[in-house]
Amino acid sequence: MINLTINGKEYSVEAPAGMPLLWVIREQCELTGTKFGCGIAQCGACTVHVDGKPIRSCITPATSVEGKNITTIEGIAPDENTLHIVQQAWIEEQTPQCGYCQSGQIMSAVALLNENPAPSDEEIEQAMSGNICRCGMYGRIKSAIKRASAALQASTSNPQLQ
Amino acid sequence: MKKWTRRAFIGTGILASGALVIGVAIRPGNRSSKVAGLIAEEGETVMNIWLKISPDNTVTVIIPHAEMGQGVHTTLAMMLADELDADWSKVKFMEAPADKEYANYVVAKGFIAGNKTFPKFLEETIDGVFLTAVKTMNFQITGGSASVRFTGQQGMRIAGAAAKAMLLQAAADTWKVPVEELKAEKSTISHTASNQTATYAELAPAAAKVKAPKQPKLKSRDEFTLMGTSPARLDIPAKVTGQAKFGMDVIVPNMKYASIKAAPVFGAKVKSVDTSIPSDSEGVLKVLNLENAVAVIAEGYWQAKSTLDRLAIKFESTENDGKSQEDIFNGYRLAMDKALEEESLSEHYQSGDAHSALSRAETVVEAEYQLPFLAHATMEPMNCTAWVHNGKCEIWCGSQNPLGVKAAVAELLDISLDQVTVHNQLLGGGFGRRSETDVIIQAVAIAKEVDFPVKLIWSREEDTQHDVYREATISRMKAGLDQSGNPVAYSHQFLFKHHPPEAADLPYAVPNQLIQFTSPSSFVPWGNWRSVDHSVHGFLTESFIDELAFAAKKDPLAFRKSLTQDKPRFQKVLDLIQEKSDWDSPLPANWGRGIAIAQSFGSIVAEVAEVEVNVEGKVKVHRVVCVADPGFAIHPDGFSAQMESGIIYGLAAAMTGEISIENGAVTQSNFHDYQVTRMNEAPKIETYIINSGNPPGGAGEPSTPVIAPAVTNAIFNATGVRIRRLPISKTDLRVSIRQTT
Repeated sequence: MINLTINGKEYSVEAPAGMPLLWVIREQCELTGTKFGCGIAQCGACTVHVDGKPIRSCITPATSVEGKNITTIEGIAPDENTLHIVQQAWIEEQTPQCGYCQSGQIMSAVALLNENPAPSDEEIEQAMSGNICRCGMYGRIKSAIKRASAALQASTSNPQLQ
Repeated sequence: MKKWTRRAFIGTGILASGALVIGVAIRPGNRSSKVAGLIAEEGETVMNIWLKISPDNTVTVIIPHAEMGQGVHTTLAMMLADELDADWSKVKFMEAPADKEYANYVVAKGFIAGNKTFPKFLEETIDGVFLTAVKTMNFQITGGSASVRFTGQQGMRIAGAAAKAMLLQAAADTWKVPVEELKAEKSTISHTASNQTATYAELAPAAAKVKAPKQPKLKSRDEFTLMGTSPARLDIPAKVTGQAKFGMDVIVPNMKYASIKAAPVFGAKVKSVDTSIPSDSEGVLKVLNLENAVAVIAEGYWQAKSTLDRLAIKFESTENDGKSQEDIFNGYRLAMDKALEEESLSEHYQSGDAHSALSRAETVVEAEYQLPFLAHATMEPMNCTAWVHNGKCEIWCGSQNPLGVKAAVAELLDISLDQVTVHNQLLGGGFGRRSETDVIIQAVAIAKEVDFPVKLIWSREEDTQHDVYREATISRMKAGLDQSGNPVAYSHQFLFKHHPPEAADLPYAVPNQLIQFTSPSSFVPWGNWRSVDHSVHGFLTESFIDELAFAAKKDPLAFRKSLTQDKPRFQKVLDLIQEKSDWDSPLPANWGRGIAIAQSFGSIVAEVAEVEVNVEGKVKVHRVVCVADPGFAIHPDGFSAQMESGIIYGLAAAMTGEISIENGAVTQSNFHDYQVTRMNEAPKIETYIINSGNPPGGAGEPSTPVIAPAVTNAIFNATGVRIRRLPISKTDLRVSIRQTT
């Protein structure tokens, strides 16, 4: 039995040694927003945050993140009725097509903007090239990150929005 | 969600939930009084139900197509809502159940009859014939870029218009005013003279009793209020919060998980496997020998997969065990040579006398092209949840072909169709792959061995190595030019012909054509891959026409224009792309521009790629300009998104896409060796749409066929190297750069 903190909630789960975090999140915690795509950290669909840093949950043993703060796509919005600024930008740019990769894309984008609120095109490409989108929505993902970045800066320069 | 039953869809009337369903009669069929008298039975056969109106004035559109990112739920809902004059802010959608009543007869009809119109007196009979046929065929497929073209145009719009006519008639009857004086707008009908208004919901009970018009009047384009605009897609909000449910995300009470390994060589059988549960495994419930595959059922996917990986499985040898990629291509060349020698090629198209025109030509250009097998590599690996219980079977999956799934399961279990329920989910990419039923068959074969639901998940390795592949092929092309560089003869011999049947047509005005094909045997399973045969012929035709332009010493774009003067839509597309791509402006050294144009699925798409080839021979596609004439884009932003998507999908294939065969099996296994385009490799894409006034064309596929030739033509422009074998990564471009710099 291991104890995990996901989106601020405690979970006690049975996880055999070596079992990747991805399957614990999806099958035992029933948080299916985090996706399985490749199983070898090639596609980024399984991206979650551990203590704020993006990791590939398909190759991360669940036992290695005990006691850490795990955040999934279900846990990034500030509250039930408000979307994260990145999710909002994703809707405004009409970014997803099939949508399967988008949880991972959004988690990578949130991590990028947390580190670097105003990334350049090259910095966006560098941070996002680990996330595959087979529908090829890279242009829209990039635009959405820029939109979110602008919104972020507007909100930090305007204390009323904070 | 309330369970749909067939009964709920029969006839018009009030459902138990209080919602009103309005249907459109689409097959009165035989007009004889004998049949006309059997109204109730006719109602059962002829009603297709596409929309319902709830007491709160919400209109729900029922969509008989799968959502795989193409935005079809939104676009089809718009087409119906526009004709209905519904309040878009109160329009919802739901996907139709996999039921014969939802067989896409309009899609079948569209594929066979195209945009042909039939005399009015024949229309109903023809509709009836198609409806009967597709019900028999279990046809509810999403593919062929057909949803808008056929279901939208001939189903949704008519359903919306018919429902509006019924609502108007109900208002006219209630208020005793002429129907011509009524106005329908935003789900409300008003009569100005008597100052009366009523919502659709208020009128719906009476409207349901009005006889549906058989030929409702459709709007002209200048009357559209929704079609041609780009409202936010209805499926997107759930896709940014992780709430969207794909087949992979289904959770059924007491469900267990399965992992599978099929014989690496296609068609091989399991020779031996120990099906006892390994003593050191955790949570494993069953090891199954499925004859051509081995599956492990466990408490979780990871337990199943890690146990499966440790099993010692032996497979029988087959005649294909030693086959390599080279053997396959050599076999193709031999088959082509033999067919040519024996004159056994089938004719695709012939005009004039290509042989004698070639012998008289001033210049003859000849080339052989080669294309590789391609996998679909949808983001969501194949999966299916199945539960076989009490002589019934329930299926949860994302399918482009839910009625086909139903039929396949019924056949496998030898039960009636009524005993199979398919719960279709969102598709994490389709591209043709999810029109197959192979993984569903496997899931059912596993689930029938246990009494609980099982979710079968393919690993990415399984997904890559047991796909149904875009054909690998070779093609031989030959053309003759006269003294002025005008093409006078065109000869093309290709392998395999699937669909659409016109894919190998030459769009250019060349007299004396001979286009032929032959179909050698192949042990590698074939499947529909985005744009199907156009993915092959777009590259062949548009590469070769570029070779001809070069031989004729003409500008490639001007050359194409000169040969399409009988095609005004092509002319407009070429003019616009010339302007938007800055075609005539100079580029830096080692940069090049290439153009390609093709008509597919009713849309004409041209693309200009701008590439740079650096000193290491590495190709970078910086920019792609896309000009499309889809006739009319119902949802322009969605259409542009599809152009972008098709370009990136085709670009991945062009640059690095290759499935190769060694020892009878696929060598690639995951995204590290079946590489796809990533953000840092993606070009900037600009899309321009021409609404030419023609019937709406497809969106999901037509941008894919032309990207590979646009890029290879650009590489030729940059380096002088003509790439005749895909993928591009197989050609060493270093030498060419050293020579030109």
